[in-house]
Amino acid sequence: MSDPFLSIRQVRKAFGPTVVVQEFNLDVKQGEFVSFLGPSGCGKTTMLRIVAGFEEPSAGTVNIGGKDVTALKPNQRNIGMVFQAYALFPNMTVAGNIGFGLKVAGKPATEIRSRVGEMLDLIKLQDFGNRYPYQLSGGQQQRVALARAMAPRPQVLLLDEPLSALDAKVRVSLREEIRAIQKELGITTVFVTHDQEEALSMSDRIVVMYNGCAEQVGTPFEIYNRPATRFVAGFVGTLNVIEGTITDPTAGTVSIAGGAVSVGNRVAGRKAGEAVSLALRPEAIALGRREGRDGLVKGTIREVSFLGSVIRVRVAVGEALLSLDTFNNPASPPPVAGETAEISFSSSDMLILDR
Amino acid sequence: MKQNRFWSFLFLAIGVLYFLLPLIGTFEFSLKMRRGVYSLDAYEAVIFDPRFQATFGYSVMMALATIVVGVLLVVPTAYWVRLKLPSWRPVLEFVTLLPLVIPPIVIVFGYIRLYNTSSWLPLTGTAMGTNILLMFGYVVLSLPYMYRAIDTGLRAIDVGTLTEAAQSLGAGWITIMWRVILPNVFVAVLSGAFLTFAIVIGEFVLAALLNRPAFGPYLQLIGANRAYEPAALAVIAFAITWGCMALIQVVSRFAPRPPAQPH
Repeated sequence: MSDPFLSIRQVRKAFGPTVVVQEFNLDVKQGEFVSFLGPSGCGKTTMLRIVAGFEEPSAGTVNIGGKDVTALKPNQRNIGMVFQAYALFPNMTVAGNIGFGLKVAGKPATEIRSRVGEMLDLIKLQDFGNRYPYQLSGGQQQRVALARAMAPRPQVLLLDEPLSALDAKVRVSLREEIRAIQKELGITTVFVTHDQEEALSMSDRIVVMYNGCAEQVGTPFEIYNRPATRFVAGFVGTLNVIEGTITDPTAGTVSIAGGAVSVGNRVAGRKAGEAVSLALRPEAIALGRREGRDGLVKGTIREVSFLGSVIRVRVAVGEALLSLDTFNNPASPPPVAGETAEISFSSSDMLILDR
Repeated sequence: MKQNRFWSFLFLAIGVLYFLLPLIGTFEFSLKMRRGVYSLDAYEAVIFDPRFQATFGYSVMMALATIVVGVLLVVPTAYWVRLKLPSWRPVLEFVTLLPLVIPPIVIVFGYIRLYNTSSWLPLTGTAMGTNILLMFGYVVLSLPYMYRAIDTGLRAIDVGTLTEAAQSLGAGWITIMWRVILPNVFVAVLSGAFLTFAIVIGEFVLAALLNRPAFGPYLQLIGANRAYEPAALAVIAFAITWGCMALIQVVSRFAPRPPAQPH
């Protein structure tokens, strides 16, 4: 990696005896969009607030643009922040809100006017400059909050669950808009969310957090397809976990309810008879035999959910209940619960959950 | 349903009569200074009395000083407690309620004992010192009203997030207070200010015992020696109080409207 623009080193944060962030390390390149993804209470917002300067780390450092900012106050860090609750100043118009940071920085009135105009163009609210926040919808308020954060040209943009309060349709359109604006301006961005779909669709890289630790850092593709831990595998996307027993570590065979599978050299070095957790995404499993798929087990269909373009089928294999997705085909009716079925998969799609 | 309305109107009428009859009586009496006809002679006599002008002017100045000091004391304190020390709110609530429990006469005797001419801070030794002491006394008396008005204003806005938003945009504490917090609680501050004004204008005990030429002691003096003028003064004092209340209602219409909060 080239020199990181935002560098977080060995950060730890404790509130009394409760440790909320531990041994957190992350390097973010200039212009990169990184998401902190995790469940409530995993420390992602605390970590973001440490970068913003609203929380002081118990240990560790935060560097922005090669400068140690750990001891700097939030108003000295040149960061832009967007909050879940919008936080627009109710006494100011949209233009007043967007120009606030520039005014605080002592910029001349002409420069403020021109930058506010640019920002209003960027968020496509050109005619809303004289409106007050209470006259805007939630989505419009959040776009103004984004413009306000970016107007002073911050070094880093921090987004604290900015889409959580919006309805589903606005959320999808706004996340595309945020990503487009971020790419256009090339601003280094850290985004906090508990919504995996947001993180997967918007980010260059994702940091999956759990219990105050970064469980895995990777591209959305890596996080989804090659989860490093059981938590990441379970948290990101839907996952079928099958408990098995290694029968031959050298040959890579594992016995599971309903049959045996080969996982290649991924259990090499382990002992025969050792328990192992295998995982498969629903889209990696197919109903019936398929060419090129080396894994085949038998089970009983327990539940069929018609979701429109996709049909989700739950198949009982031994004690495990596996979910699989199949596309809707108008020419053939969906399977029926209670039927016996064969399911096939490629053993290369199978994940081994070590921890 | 109809019966319920009848009783509501009856109790409302009793309440209105209870408050208005004495006022109407006082007002009517204040107009009877000239024998046989209604006139504004009593009001004329009061308003053109140099002592009225002097004492009223003095009390207005004291009220303005009290408001400025009260706002400078209460706004940052209430803001800071809401922002950084929320667990201290009950303590602050208790402290600001004390002036309602401790009679003003106890407060003023405490002041006289603490700040007399032989004390380490002899404020009562000079007129200016006594004025300052009186003003601080008024700040204490108005504290329950000023604090509650401002605290209610602060409750209506998300103080923490607005502060952090302003900080992230480069603002320091003074800018945050002056450009973000104060404009958003301005109506609450004005409400507190009008209440303070009404309290200070009619206050008697502190001013009388500190021997300052305020409007309260003047009211008492006139009441003890004249017939019609005290009635006129009572009506004027009520009018000032009601004027303050009306102003609170008027300015509250111009309050910045908080946007819809996400849920």
